[in-house]
Amino acid sequence: MPIIEIQNLSKYYGKARGIIDVSLNVEEGEIFGFIGPNGAGKSTTIRLLLSLIYPTSGSARVFGKDVIKHGPEIRQEIGYLPSEVFYYDKMKVIDLLNYSASFYNKDCSQRIKELAKIMELDLKRRIDDLSYGNKKKVGIVQGLLHSPKLIILDEPTAGLDPLMQQRFFDMIQNENEKGATVFFSSHILSEVQRLCNRVAIIREGKIVTLEDIKTLQKNNYKKIAVVGDGLDQARFQINGVTNLHQVDGEIKFFFKGDINQVVQLVSAQPVSDILIEEPTLEEIFMHYYA
Amino acid sequence: MNIYLQELKMKLRSIITWSISVAGLLFLFFSIFSTIVDEMEMLNAVMANYPPELLAAFGWDNMDLSTVLGFYAFTFSFIQIMISLQAANYGYSLVSIEERELTADFLLAKPVGRAKILTNKLLAALTGLLITDLVLWSTSFFAVRTYAGDRAYNSEILAKVLITAFFLQLFFLGGGLVISLLLKKVPSVIAISLGSVFGMYILAAFGSSFNEDKFDYLTPFKHFEATKIVNTGEFDQPKMVISILVIIISMIASYVLYQRRNIPTV
Repeated sequence: MPIIEIQNLSKYYGKARGIIDVSLNVEEGEIFGFIGPNGAGKSTTIRLLLSLIYPTSGSARVFGKDVIKHGPEIRQEIGYLPSEVFYYDKMKVIDLLNYSASFYNKDCSQRIKELAKIMELDLKRRIDDLSYGNKKKVGIVQGLLHSPKLIILDEPTAGLDPLMQQRFFDMIQNENEKGATVFFSSHILSEVQRLCNRVAIIREGKIVTLEDIKTLQKNNYKKIAVVGDGLDQARFQINGVTNLHQVDGEIKFFFKGDINQVVQLVSAQPVSDILIEEPTLEEIFMHYYA
Repeated sequence: MNIYLQELKMKLRSIITWSISVAGLLFLFFSIFSTIVDEMEMLNAVMANYPPELLAAFGWDNMDLSTVLGFYAFTFSFIQIMISLQAANYGYSLVSIEERELTADFLLAKPVGRAKILTNKLLAALTGLLITDLVLWSTSFFAVRTYAGDRAYNSEILAKVLITAFFLQLFFLGGGLVISLLLKKVPSVIAISLGSVFGMYILAAFGSSFNEDKFDYLTPFKHFEATKIVNTGEFDQPKMVISILVIIISMIASYVLYQRRNIPTV
């Protein structure tokens, strides 16, 4: 049984588009990446799953139960980390976490201590004295303290330093190995590539593609820039090269295929610098899915 | 239960502040009463010189300041504004504060239904209002007894006046709540609660000074007029029923609206 089943789900805010006809399943035990640029509808989808908002049409089920009819029951086993974390300012961290724990039918005090230790979170401080990154940590502990079966992450790493990001990813992987299913929304491709088994890409409210992360990577373009005097643009006109253009002594293009071809090409030219990088999501959308 | 306690904890400071202010105002007025009580006849004469429209606007016509309850009714017209403001504040911010301060995502993602959240929050607000009432009731009796001296007054009528406080609070609690839920995005709490309370008060004032009965049905300040109760010894029952209906409807509507509400994002 899939953990999340979304069927033809649409949401309009008045006339404004939220998501249109989204369908996808998330299987038990997988880390599912949900990726798209800002405003694509990622948060809308997540908020529909949590019944924070109600769909215009379509339906969603979590653990096989309708999210609207069985909301409270389902949320007993969901841990949610929102993209922007806001908590009752005047509370201390530990008070907020205890309040959060009081909603679940289990004792979470041990887990709170463990998680706070891993994330180096000071439990005695007041929430309004915390930096953005530290508030985010409160959000992480708050979302995981009841060892949920489904973890929903909405752009979780923003505001965390690289060390904490790493710890956070380890923690998520750990939870996943213990059996938790993870729904991971992000606009950073590399993050998703690193963690996820499958990925859905959403753009302007619609699912553009849903595939295995390996397939996506195989199909992925590289963004290449070559700098040098007297470079001949025509020589780069090979199979797999798109969007080729030259500005002064610099040639830029996208390449998909065997990277050795490019390496050979470049080595035969008087090159002073070369840059090969992953295209940004927006670039993938523009040149790959357009 | 956890939500109720948490809400009450967050309101505690506000409850104490409002209660102290109400008690303070009462003692202030009645300490004045005790010092000038012998010249009250004169004060009545001064008041008689004001234009009747003005006196009517504030509900100070047909009021005998030289009697204990007459003076109490005068004091109570200020207390009404205070407790209404408190109630409108609680009602309007009850769920909207979570959306303004963006904590709604935290609370609503917890395994608890919306009706239960609203009930817990309403009960916490009601507890707060009742605490203020208890302070109001006890200090009223205490102040009246302390400062009345050997002047006679009817404590049953005083009790009747005091009971109306709770209905007035319910009116503004329910009204504020339903307004906040009718709006998609909620502007400042102070603006709306001040606006609605003084709006209703001015409406009552207009109605009285122009002798226009129609307004009387709209504004709760006309449903629970202390002077009237003191003068007649009775509630204004038909008008009270209007307020009670408004309270019931606004509460039911709030539950329906909150169940269906799309929580706005950042």
